[in-house]
Amino acid sequence: MNTELFGIIATYLLTLMIAIPLGKYLAKVFAGEKVWSDFLQPFESGIFKLSGINPKEEMNWKQHMKALLTINLVWLVYGFFVLIYQDKLPLNPDGNPGMSPDLSFNTIISFVVNCNLQHYSGESGLTYLTQHFVVMFLQFTSAATGIAAAVVFFKAFRDKTTVKLGNFWDFFVKSITRLLLPLSLVVALILAFNGTPTSYEAKDQFISVQGDTVNVSRGPAAGMIAIKHLGTNGGGWFGVNSAHPLENPNYLTNMVELIAQVIIPIAMVVAFGIFIRRRKLSWMIFGVMTIGMLLLLIPTISSELGGNPAIAKMGISQATGAMEGKEVRFGPAISAYWSTVTTIISTGSVNSMHDSTMPLTGMWQLLGMMINSFYGGCGVGVLNYFIYLIIAVFISGLMVGRTPEFLGHKVEAREVKIAALITLLSPFLILAGTAIANYVFTNHGTADWAVQPQNWLNNPRFHGFSEMLYEVTSSNANNGSGFEGLGDNNILWNVLTGFVLLLGRFLPIIGPIAIAGLLGAKKYIPESAGTLKTDTLTFGLMTFAVIIVLNALSYFPALALGPLAEYFTMLK
Amino acid sequence: MKKYILQSIRLTAVLMVLLCVIYPLIVAFAGVFSNGDGGGEKITKNEKVVGYALIGQSFTRPEYFWGRPSAVDYNAAGSGGSNKGASNPDYLKQVSGRIDTLLKYNPSITKADIPADLITASGSGLDPDISEQGAITQIKRIAAYRKLDEKLVAELVVKNTEGPLFGLFGPSKVNVLKLNLALDELKK
Repeated sequence: MNTELFGIIATYLLTLMIAIPLGKYLAKVFAGEKVWSDFLQPFESGIFKLSGINPKEEMNWKQHMKALLTINLVWLVYGFFVLIYQDKLPLNPDGNPGMSPDLSFNTIISFVVNCNLQHYSGESGLTYLTQHFVVMFLQFTSAATGIAAAVVFFKAFRDKTTVKLGNFWDFFVKSITRLLLPLSLVVALILAFNGTPTSYEAKDQFISVQGDTVNVSRGPAAGMIAIKHLGTNGGGWFGVNSAHPLENPNYLTNMVELIAQVIIPIAMVVAFGIFIRRRKLSWMIFGVMTIGMLLLLIPTISSELGGNPAIAKMGISQATGAMEGKEVRFGPAISAYWSTVTTIISTGSVNSMHDSTMPLTGMWQLLGMMINSFYGGCGVGVLNYFIYLIIAVFISGLMVGRTPEFLGHKVEAREVKIAALITLLSPFLILAGTAIANYVFTNHGTADWAVQPQNWLNNPRFHGFSEMLYEVTSSNANNGSGFEGLGDNNILWNVLTGFVLLLGRFLPIIGPIAIAGLLGAKKYIPESAGTLKTDTLTFGLMTFAVIIVLNALSYFPALALGPLAEYFTMLK
Repeated sequence: MKKYILQSIRLTAVLMVLLCVIYPLIVAFAGVFSNGDGGGEKITKNEKVVGYALIGQSFTRPEYFWGRPSAVDYNAAGSGGSNKGASNPDYLKQVSGRIDTLLKYNPSITKADIPADLITASGSGLDPDISEQGAITQIKRIAAYRKLDEKLVAELVVKNTEGPLFGLFGPSKVNVLKLNLALDELKK
């Protein structure tokens, strides 16, 4: 048992040891200062030349958003058709079929927005071509999109007053060449030498010891598994993601995959403070995020190590904790850590089945995704946190009776309105989406779809409600994990979550960038005795309180109907 | 706008060559030097492949150590967990049935000896391992069916138990396929 807890502590400490220097490095890369990786410059110039891009052309925040949305639209259209016609394209050794239009719609949106919801199973739903040219490609580029957007936001606060926020393509390409690609190579090689397949060979067949004929799915997975974690994407090569023994062969690879998914979100927070020359602010943000994470993590570990009370009643001791849906080589402790990490930072990869975790664990997972900014996804974590921060600035301003300010810029009605709208968006999408799903489940149970609504749920009663709530919450957070018992490959879920994904991705990127762009263009007011300081402990507590109050008010009723109700029923 | 569209398409094409061709080919080339040449590590017996080191397989005969219950019957063409919730009554019935089966085939053990991993389905449905306790629980049965000395089987279990990573991190485990192959060797 102790070795399992040591595993968690070591993993987190190693994460920090890599993430903090990485943050310093990133701040330099995006500020254009000298770094060791500058030898890649000629190579990047080549990419820009071939693409007809001048990386020195300065953009304002609106031009940035136009560039971002345009390239994302190109990917949407391209991927939609490739997925439908994948059966007619090369690199399909297992002869897998093309996708139905609604599944393709859902899948392509899901990968463009960095969610990776996966209403298909990789072994039978994709070909090696689409695994690489659609899925893996977007895992790189959607992560780079998030990072580039965050850098635009950083830029707005670096100088006192500015509308010139650098070049989007420059940030985007450098996110790949200086960060994602080199790190992916390292992680992919570690995985390859621990047993993850890398070759393009088709399914294998063997006769087992007891004489059964067994087919084994494989394929060039190592490269994709590396970027799926580094880019906080989470979409696995195989259906069960990182619970699959080829996708996550042993405890070491499990640590590597866990570290890989957290380093960039933490590094971005560190980079923020260095980039805008206010390190104390970023330590305050990091502190709030870490405390938030611990508050979700500790009860999760405790409920998983405690085992399933219903099985305990049968007379089974469960010394190793709850094992349903978990793998022996990881054990419940690190699986609990994984489930917290993957839900707070929007990766959504899993190494155990969340549907089978204890009811309260399910609640902490849901809450992690609802808050979505304790570290948060690649780049977007900082942006999500910024919205809470603006609300906190506004409320504090009201409390002391002054015009609220952030980093020397007045926060006025327009900015607060944007922040308020973005804050309201999440509960609206999650609750309305869950309500629609419940309505269809109850009133149109026999609709003639690929999966009939009455057969959606893998579990009855409160847990069944949680399955639907989880699916919509995961889509809105662009997380991608699921209570996978839910039969989600049918027209309602594909279309519903498709729209939730799009809105839950792009509005929370555009909103903070717009606020930052507007603030950055305003006159700089030097700090005085009357300035509300945002890098103090008091203000950190204030932001934390805002996060808790907003989310508790929005989601308590839904959580009470799902995981809480299930928990209390089991106590009886 | 038109400028951005053209730039987007060209940049997408260039990055595709880098990320979808060059990068995976580098990894595939390096993978050739790994165990299993990048196609997964295989285990052979009498020069025939009898399984993959990392992929669990179905053992149902009483003279073999059993692995964990699997929601996909160890069909490695796919993968899957049961996704049953902790309070699901059908699921709990299933678990209770597994306990009864274990008690029937291993009459010497009591409920308290049964570890959770032997009565719950794994996440992947392909879990190659069981816990050390999961193997110990089955020693008496194996020894009886194979007419072997219990001590000999117990030694084999100890030999096939892999401790935590660097002796420090994570749980211990026993690879069921390797253990059973070693068991077959013992007979000769």
